[in-house]
Order: sequence, then C-alpha cells, then structure tokens
Amino acid sequence: MLEKLKDLGILSPRKAEDYKKAWYKFSRNPLSVAGLVIVIVVVALAILAPYVTPYPHHAEYYVDFANANQPPSLAHPFGTDQFGRDVLTRIIFGFRYSLMMAATVLAIVTPPGVILGLIAGYYRDRWIDTVIMRIADIFVAVPPLVLALSICAVLEPNIFNAMMAVSLMWWPWYTRLVYSMASSLRMEPFVQAAEIIGASKIHIMFKEILPNCLGAILTKVTLDAAWVIILGSALSFVGLGAQPPTPDLGTMLSDGAKYMPTIWWITVFPAIAIAVIVLGFNLLGDGIRDIYAAEAR
Amino acid sequence: MSSENILEVINLKKYFKVSKGIIKAVDDISFNVKYGETFGLVGESGSGKSTTGHIIVGLYAPTSGKILFEGRDISMGVERRPLALKKKIQMVFQDPATSLNPKRTVRQIIELPLKVHGICHGDTTQKVAELLQMVELPVEYMERYPTELGGGEKQMVAIARALAVNPSFIVLDEPTSALDVSIQAKIINMLMRVQKEFNLSYLFITHNLSLMRNVASRVAIMYLGKIVELASTEEFFYNPLHPYTKMLLSSIPVITDEEEAMKPKKIISTGEIPGALNVPPGCSFHPRCPERLEVCDKIEPCMLEIAPGHFVKCHLYNSARA
Repeated sequence: MLEKLKDLGILSPRKAEDYKKAWYKFSRNPLSVAGLVIVIVVVALAILAPYVTPYPHHAEYYVDFANANQPPSLAHPFGTDQFGRDVLTRIIFGFRYSLMMAATVLAIVTPPGVILGLIAGYYRDRWIDTVIMRIADIFVAVPPLVLALSICAVLEPNIFNAMMAVSLMWWPWYTRLVYSMASSLRMEPFVQAAEIIGASKIHIMFKEILPNCLGAILTKVTLDAAWVIILGSALSFVGLGAQPPTPDLGTMLSDGAKYMPTIWWITVFPAIAIAVIVLGFNLLGDGIRDIYAAEAR
Repeated sequence: MSSENILEVINLKKYFKVSKGIIKAVDDISFNVKYGETFGLVGESGSGKSTTGHIIVGLYAPTSGKILFEGRDISMGVERRPLALKKKIQMVFQDPATSLNPKRTVRQIIELPLKVHGICHGDTTQKVAELLQMVELPVEYMERYPTELGGGEKQMVAIARALAVNPSFIVLDEPTSALDVSIQAKIINMLMRVQKEFNLSYLFITHNLSLMRNVASRVAIMYLGKIVELASTEEFFYNPLHPYTKMLLSSIPVITDEEEAMKPKKIISTGEIPGALNVPPGCSFHPRCPERLEVCDKIEPCMLEIAPGHFVKCHLYNSARA
C-alpha cells in the first residue's frame, strides 16, 4: 500500500504547493508586488549594467568636459555630471555597489547573529545568555554610523572597510530578534515534547525553534537591506565609503551637492534612486511579513 | 517498596520563587501508580496537577521529595535523565495546537522519537505509517502540517508520537479538554485500547470528574498543591469523605433523577480557589468549607487512611478517630 501511495505522489514532499500558498498571500497586497518588482528590476539592472546602460565606459575613468553639466535630454535622460559622464549610466552602476554592500553585510551578520540569538534564547537565564546578550548590548549602544566613521577614518577609507564596520554593528540586532523569539518558543509544549523525547540541543535549536523564527528573520533581512544601503550611501557621502571614480549613489550625491540648485540633476536623480531601492525593499519586507503573519494566525 | 508500583511519588514539593514570594505549586504530595493502571489526578485550575505531571516527565526538577520509577530515583530534570529513561516516560499535552511544531510535517514529528532512540534506521515510512494506523489516522496525513489537521487529529498525532518509543508510562495532561466533546470519546477509547494492547500505565490529569469515573482505577484530588483525598474510583464516587470532594461531586451537572440520587447531598460551591501566593493557614480549604471546625484555620490536618486504600486529609475524620 505504501508503494502505491508513493507512486501517487501523496507521500512526496510538497514544496510546490507551499510556495503557491505563500505567493497567494503575498500577491494579495499590490504594494508588496510593487516592492518585489522594484527589487527585481534594480537587481536585474545592476547585474546587466554593462549591457543596458547607454554609456558603460562612463562608469570608469572618463572625462568629457565638452559635455559637462548637460541638462536632461534624449541622449542623456538624467543629464551629465561635472565631468561629462552620463548620470543614468552611473546610477545603474551605482546600484551594483549598493546591492553588493547590502548583500555582503547581511550575509556576514545574519548567520552569527541568528546562531548567537538561538543559543542565548534557549539558555535563557544561564551564564551564556548573560555573556552573549551583554556583549550584544555593548555593540548596540554604539551608533553604527559613528563606529563606521571612526573605523573608516582610522583605517583606509574604502568600501571593504565600510562593510566590515557596518557588519560589526549589525549582528546584535539579529541576536536580539532571535533571542526574544527563541526565549519564548523554548517554553512552547512542542519544544518540551522534544526535550521529553530526548532530542539533542542542536535538533531543538535548529529544527524546532529556528524554523519558527525564519519568517521574522527573512522580513528583517529584507528591511535591513534598505537600511544598509542608506548607511553605505551615508558613508560614501562623507567620503569614507566607495572612492571615486567608483559610481556610488552616495558619492554622486555629495559630488552633485556642490552644484545645487542650478545643476540639480546630478543630485536629484541619485537621491531618487536611493529612495526607490529603499522603498522597494521596504514594501517587499512588508509583503514577506504578511506571509508569515497570516501563517501565525 | 512494593514492586507492583511503576511510579512512586514521595513527599514531592515544587516551589517557585516569584517577586512577591514563594508559590507552593506542589506541596508535599505522595502517591503511587501501579503497573497497567490509570491513576487520575483531579483538581481545579491552579491546584498543581499539571505541575506534578511536568515534574514526573522532568520538565521541572522537584524542590524536594522523590520520584521512583520502577524503583529508580528519577527526581531530576530531563537534561540529566539517561536516554533509556526518556524512552520509557512520555507525555501527551493538553493543547495539540501548541504541542506539535507547526513548521514540521506529521512524518517529521513522529519520526523524531524513532530517530532519537534508534528504533528505526534509514527509511522510517513503514514505521510512521504503522503508528498512524494505530491511532486511526489515514496514512496520507504523513506529509501534512499540523495546521492542516483538526484538533482531534492533531491530538492523535501527539499520541502517536508518544507511542512511537514504546513507552511504559504516559502522563496525559488533560488530553481531551481542549477538544470538541464529539472527539473526546474517540480519543479516550483509543487511549484505553492502546493501554490494554501495550500494558501502559497512565497518569491521567484532568479537571473533568465524569471523565475520571470512566477511565481511572484510582483517583487523587488536589487542592492548592496538596492531595486532599485519594481513593479507588468506586470509593471516591460512592463514598466521598472530604468536603471539597463532596462539593465537586455535587456540582457535576446530571440529567436523570437516578444520577441525581447517586450524588452526595447538595452542597453549594462557594468561593473560588485562592491564589497560590496566599494559601490560607491550617487546612487550605477552610474558607470555603461548609463543615469547618474550630481547628481548621489553625492546624493543618494530616493524611489518614480511613478505609483500606482510601486516604483523606481532613479534621472531620481526625476527630472521629480521636
């Protein structure tokens, strides 16, 4: 009989169906779908930047003073900057650095942040909880921008140091998020049941507790992507992030600020670009939260 | 130390320290469970009956006192219990909606004890299917998530999980009180059937006295962390001694006159169980007791065996003897 059931596909894992359901919940809010579209478009543009931009060579060392400070036109939809480079091209290349920064920082901070939070939450009120959470508190107490500024000022100001500095500040937020969830989940009867059965701590933390935190973690990762992009741009704006001629949205803002308001397009378009990415990730994050919130109900 | 007892609880105490003082959740209780029997533990909410169950499975370590399981001292937390012991004692929780992980399929849930205790290696499908059939669930449920099942079905899965390790003792913590009445009977019948089949011993915790009458062979009644009366089910229902027991029995709703006649003389229930932080002095039941004596608020009565196997903790019977 079992063989028959397997043949019928009843016993096969049913991922496809789960995704379908998740998509249904997600797609019921048009704003979430808009967020997803924005993020997909931005990511696609960033990946395909050399092929979709009108003047890919403007992203490198390039000077054309004859065409400097041109207002938006058909040839240059967003105008050109003080070196005659196409602003649209540089914005699209700028997406690359913003997204890379977000992806790298979040890939660095999420795993250790989550694991430390799980351990501290599961061993709540033991010494290990105190050690982890007090260290996390120390890092939380320092404003990320201030620490990133000092690290980048002491070390060489470049995008790598900027990412390291932001990562150093960011992990405690994941630890705190997972800690608060894990410390209440560990009292749930399903965790108690696993303990009575004799399951290992590793199993309980990663297979019983962690799956119930994933929704919140994913939501936070998406929303944080926007924050990291803002922070990265801020560092570049003050000259401690990406260095010229790297086309970074923050650098472009600070370069253009000098020419405001007459040559407004050098500043306004990168600013709008940052706003659009941030909005996209925020809407997407809200949509992801909706999926899991509906599940919890 | 008779060998007919699978579980002996001796002077068990569990105190919780809270900011306002000490909660005596379980205060010096003793009882034993015989092989193959269903021992009922009854009480109102807050009487400490669930705490007792949790201590037995090891979710809490007792403050003092002993628990002997098959003659071995098991009065420690679950972390310090050997794996072989965890295999023998299982628990079914009150609310299956919270005792099954919503993120794991029925198969993963039932598989866990099989893997932890090395009962099944490799493909567990066959064994999981057998367990599902044992609790009368369709095999197709294997890949479903708990949220897709009904309350009764979830509880069946929880029971299958408890049975997976082939235990000898199961703590049933109000296994039916979160379920619809129509499903309760089914669950109870199934529990009784597997008890016979595998010679299981149950500690059945409930606040439902009528249910107790049908399932338990002996009953202990708890009030504010203490056992006030312990008797065989028959004695308990035909010859209740403690005023609290009488009060509870007389408040069971009945339909026929015949049933009404079987109940003790009508005692109006007064008051509610006080908070565990301010337990009344003397006999903790005295503020609600219709038959209170002068000593009741001063001296705590001790447990007396009035008839063979029938224990009661009440001054009324102390003085009768004196």
